[in-house]
Amino acid sequence: MIRLVGGRLLWSLPLLLVLSALTFVLAWLTPGDAARTILGTNTDPVAYAQVRAQLGLDRPLVEQYWHWLTGLVRGDLGTSLFTAQPVTDIVQDRVAVTLSLLGLSALVIAVIGAAIGLFGAVRGGFVGRVVDGVSVLGMSVPAPWLGLLLVVVFAVNLAVFPVTGYVPFGEAPDQWALSLVLPVVCLSVGGIAVIARQVRGAMADVLGRPYIRALRANGMSTRSVVFRHAAKNAALPVVNVFGVVLIGLLGGSIVVEQLFALPGLGQLTVTATAQHDLPVLEGVVLCFTVLVVVVNLLTDLVSGRLTPRTVTS
Amino acid sequence: MRVLRAVARRPLGALCLGWLVLLVLACVAADWLAPYPPLGQDLAAVYSGPTGAHWLGTDQLGRDVLSRVLHGGRTSLLVVGLALVVHTVLGVLLGLVAGYRRGLLDRVLNRVNDLLLSAPAVVILLVVLAVFPHDEAAAMVTLGVLSSAGLARVVRASAIRVRDEPFVAAATVAGLGPARVLARHVLPAVAGPVVSLVSLVAGSALLVEASLGFLGLGVQPPEPSWGGLILDASQAIYRQPWLLVPTGGVVALTAVACALLGDVVRAATDDRVTGEQLSWRRMRTRVVPAAREPSERDAVLSVRGLTVRLADGTVVVDGVGFDVAAGQALGLVGESGCGKTMAVSGVLRLLPPGATVSATALSFAGQDLLGLSERAMGGVRGSGIGYIGQDPVAGLDPLFTVGDQLAETVRRHTRANRRITQARVVELLRAVHLPDPAAVMAKYPHELSGGMAQRVSIARALAGEPRLLIADEPTTALDVTVQAEVLDLLRELRDRTGMALVLVTHDWGVVADTCDTAVVMYAGQVVESTDVEQVFAAPRHPYTEALLAANPTAAEPKTRLPVLPGAVPPPGQWPTGCRFAPRCAFATDDCPSGPVESTSDETGVVFRCLHPRNPVGARR
Repeated sequence: MIRLVGGRLLWSLPLLLVLSALTFVLAWLTPGDAARTILGTNTDPVAYAQVRAQLGLDRPLVEQYWHWLTGLVRGDLGTSLFTAQPVTDIVQDRVAVTLSLLGLSALVIAVIGAAIGLFGAVRGGFVGRVVDGVSVLGMSVPAPWLGLLLVVVFAVNLAVFPVTGYVPFGEAPDQWALSLVLPVVCLSVGGIAVIARQVRGAMADVLGRPYIRALRANGMSTRSVVFRHAAKNAALPVVNVFGVVLIGLLGGSIVVEQLFALPGLGQLTVTATAQHDLPVLEGVVLCFTVLVVVVNLLTDLVSGRLTPRTVTS
Repeated sequence: MRVLRAVARRPLGALCLGWLVLLVLACVAADWLAPYPPLGQDLAAVYSGPTGAHWLGTDQLGRDVLSRVLHGGRTSLLVVGLALVVHTVLGVLLGLVAGYRRGLLDRVLNRVNDLLLSAPAVVILLVVLAVFPHDEAAAMVTLGVLSSAGLARVVRASAIRVRDEPFVAAATVAGLGPARVLARHVLPAVAGPVVSLVSLVAGSALLVEASLGFLGLGVQPPEPSWGGLILDASQAIYRQPWLLVPTGGVVALTAVACALLGDVVRAATDDRVTGEQLSWRRMRTRVVPAAREPSERDAVLSVRGLTVRLADGTVVVDGVGFDVAAGQALGLVGESGCGKTMAVSGVLRLLPPGATVSATALSFAGQDLLGLSERAMGGVRGSGIGYIGQDPVAGLDPLFTVGDQLAETVRRHTRANRRITQARVVELLRAVHLPDPAAVMAKYPHELSGGMAQRVSIARALAGEPRLLIADEPTTALDVTVQAEVLDLLRELRDRTGMALVLVTHDWGVVADTCDTAVVMYAGQVVESTDVEQVFAAPRHPYTEALLAANPTAAEPKTRLPVLPGAVPPPGQWPTGCRFAPRCAFATDDCPSGPVESTSDETGVVFRCLHPRNPVGARR
């Protein structure tokens, strides 16, 4: 167990290094830089050199990266080039929003996706084909478009939910929940479709195995055969796909936060991208990378729990 | 090309392919097809919904939406195409090299793939766009690189599978270089999975492109792109919600077409995907009503006119009948493919999906099984009729310990509490002579030997104290010494509990040692049924005789073992007359002319033959 967690964390280090280094190198390759963005139309070379020195942009790339890495070890991610706020503060303010959105969506995807997939696997026939068709639709609908449709129908016409905005949980839990309903729905639909499809496929595979026939031959009930034995065996491949879906949610959250004006990490990414605010972008990439590592770790732990101990070795 | 033809033959495939081809052509020809220039403004007709002049309406500057969709498609489809080219070339190359060469290179590529697969793609795309503002081509090339890891994995798996095929080995031996082997043998074999996955990736790349455009990070306005059009529409959700319909609709439709196309390609090229996906409901064996006849009252199990049809309508069991009395053992004998397993599965209603069973009589312990609901039949299985299958290890759920599985079965049949259940599990394991029950209970099925697993299966089948145990080739998958032990155990259990036994086998030794009566099946029919001494002394049907002669355990030393020429005709190709006639040494012209009915002789042997062997008067 400890070895598994340790190994995973160790293996996640390269991911972190590669992604952050990639961000640095790409930024270095570009012609313009933040100094120019800050100065705008002011083309005075002295002022330009000054701002560059101030931001540390005149130092060699490796040195800049090393500076950032050593800062990271001390818990310092630098300051935003535009607001001069520490990146750790900016990120901290926003991480709760994104985590609520991701956590709720993950829950919704797991529960509803599994339910729909199991329903399709049990009923088959016409119901199964409907489930398959709806899954393809759910996977293929563009998230921003779906979000806009939800807004038009539920927020503008029916006025059931707020159009945009976010209320922190601490302020008013009911408002918090209401403000998250449409974003969570918008973010979950694709994942629900993928998981439903996977569950259905995995169940179809498992139901054809000899041990299922043997369980039936021993007179076990539908509940036991389908929901205890088949479901547990089908869960293993689904858990791995679920991990991939969760990582995909990170990208989806960027769109959804922008669309519903949720002040989370995703929105921050878009702003930082548009402004070339490298320290902030590095900070956000770091956050997302940590989330990816956590998701992968959880996926491994869950699939480890599902597999008999002796099989893993 | 082969893949393309296979897809175009299916209606859904043709529809998706048609939509995609039409769309691409329309976008390519946007300069000629589009009714207005994409940037042409008409401030007199701002946000007009769909009209005769503007079929899909106009936007905030009065620009024609249809024209912008067509021109925008050119941009969007082009960058998606770019992503797909990178994805396919890189994925196929890496996958082929890794799968064909293996070794260190394979391990390194595997690690890199793991890294790419666990990277958050959209976040990386944003980083790229931060550096190359509004450069969608750069973003989509990156997407192609990131997603190629998944394709490489699929190609690698296929390449490994193909590489081990004999024809590839033969080509290598024949002196074909690796590049030509790859191009000529491996590439065609991986074409199906590749096209299928690329199609799915095309759909998601399209969605990513739309998202980037929507975030305002894509192609710079006023140039149209599909994502940008959704962004435009989002600013008019109060004034003109209609704009959402054509802009998002075209993306969604195209993505749906890609996803469906991927499924169709998979179904058309992968022979493991056959017809409808399996569902629990489809696994129920349907009972088809038939004319009824009385069954044997004294028998534990009495079967008459049992007929099994597979989902495609092929008859695999044709009017089989037999009786088993309490404490008796019946051997169901015949070559593979004669319908023995299907016959007992028909009795238990455990046939393959979509198969149906009918019978003129089917009674167990005086109860008519044909009238039972599936639920009631579940009550008979296990507690009335026990069943053990051919492959003992595969018959146990790999994710539960032996103890868990046995305890669950015991609880199902006895509804006892925890303590009694545990005691009963130990007792059952002792009854099948497994030393140290506690150790066995803690084991998972893969930790058991074949013999141990079969003992566990028998223990599980006994948990409901059945009056009849059906054992389908219980020793085929086991070592010879273990075979004898398992048979001894079955005999002992029968003697002790007084249960009846139906033993499906092709081994005459098993029949001789264990059974009281023998029922010989050939091509879905019973050709002879008799008691065991009789069958060895004087078989009446030529098939029985030939089968006995070909039995290696009874062969004379230093003589040639007689073999039965030919093979059992597959279901659906049975001759109209005597089904054994084509292989029979004693067949005459009248044998193939019409169906042969069963007859019985003075000693009570029932057989289905016009020229029976060993006439009663001529015996020693």
